[in-house]
Amino acid sequence: MGDLLRATWAIAAKDVLLEFRSRTAFVSALVFTALVLAIFNFARDPTAVSAIDLAPGILWITFTFAAMLGLNRAFALERENRALDGLLLSPASRTAIYLGKVLANLVFVGSVEAIALPLFALFFNVPVLPVLGPLVLVIALATLGFVAVGTLMSSMAVNTRLAELMLPVLLLPFLVPPVTSAVQITSRLFAGRPFSEVTAWLRLLVAYDIIFVAACVLFFEFTIEE
Amino acid sequence: MTGQAGPVAVSAEPALAVRGVERSFGHVRALRGISFTLGVGDSLAVFGPNGAGKTTLLRVLAGLLRPQRGEVLLGGVPQSRADAAHRREVGLIAHYSLLYDGLTAAENLDFYGRLYGVPDRPAAVARALEAVRLSDRAGDLVGTFSRGMVQRMAIARALLHEPRIVLLDEPFSGLDQRAAAALRDLLMHLRAERRTMVLVTHNLDEGLELATHVAIQVGGRFAECGPVDGDLAAYRSRYADATAVRG
Repeated sequence: MGDLLRATWAIAAKDVLLEFRSRTAFVSALVFTALVLAIFNFARDPTAVSAIDLAPGILWITFTFAAMLGLNRAFALERENRALDGLLLSPASRTAIYLGKVLANLVFVGSVEAIALPLFALFFNVPVLPVLGPLVLVIALATLGFVAVGTLMSSMAVNTRLAELMLPVLLLPFLVPPVTSAVQITSRLFAGRPFSEVTAWLRLLVAYDIIFVAACVLFFEFTIEE
Repeated sequence: MTGQAGPVAVSAEPALAVRGVERSFGHVRALRGISFTLGVGDSLAVFGPNGAGKTTLLRVLAGLLRPQRGEVLLGGVPQSRADAAHRREVGLIAHYSLLYDGLTAAENLDFYGRLYGVPDRPAAVARALEAVRLSDRAGDLVGTFSRGMVQRMAIARALLHEPRIVLLDEPFSGLDQRAAAALRDLLMHLRAERRTMVLVTHNLDEGLELATHVAIQVGGRFAECGPVDGDLAAYRSRYADATAVRG
């Protein structure tokens, strides 16, 4: 267990340091987020659809696609100098490699979301603060689910041609349950509905996380071994 | 000794045993029943033309590729890629550096030191950098290094955890004369420490200087495998014959 945690931490810390040095994917994701929010804000007709109805969908579309920029990069940086071989040669278990990547991706996506959420509130004038606690919980659960699946898909896509295009094709079908749940919960939170109304969707999110994190840990070895 | 009739026992004490290993990529058979045994302290130089399957052989020995037939035994125990202890015993110097351009030399080694659980990491990293004469560049990004310096870093990475079995794929490529001489000294030192080595190279002179045993690989098979007998001219002739007939 100690070896697993040490290797997981080492891989996650290395990925975060590499991203901190280059900031390539992070800056791209932030610019993308700001552009999407700005475009949706100016493109919508406020007399036809109210912001409160439109905002949850826009929020999760933005989070999902911004996250993909980070997920694409997760294994792309291991392609350089075939560094993935270095990881596979080492005593680090495949589970540690996967969990290290998931942890680094969570830091990346979480950081983008932490900046995107205030921007979203600013653009759409949505009452985020009164529901901040439950909203952060939903964001955390949905992010964990799609980062877990996205990390696995990223390891599969990285060795294909046009990996950047392949990832969304592989990943998006798997994101339907968590993103649908997250949109449903977010819209009810913004509408001021009681928390009891969202518990079914919340259970779905939790179940998705448990099932897919476990499945991804099991299947990861088969996606990276030759 | 020629052909692949059976395992070639080149030493009594097997540190590394390869038994009938086969590996194909689609319809290309990269390895066809490779077998040999190396004792502790033995070093095998594998010569062969391009496409002979030498790099595939090293990747199988390192555990990066699963053989479709046959098995690899480390210290008499079948290689299991799930077994961290076995992976800790092997160091690979590959065509690629396996390093991160965005990390410094010291950070790269420190990262690998963490993965391998190297004790007293800062001292081990300093020793490894000193061994490849890169101590003065410890804080520089590997992405700024020349080809030869990257190759030296790759050597430092592969030897950082002091593996018992060292696999080398064209380790002298990209090195200038001074660095090549230093690497030769380092490998002789490893030989003196009784590390088991498998060296893949095109260069007969440097291979024979370092090896206790030699194999000529052509078309995925060992055309010849046995102890070095010191007759370089005879090897040149047999290597030319083997590659001309089978290549």
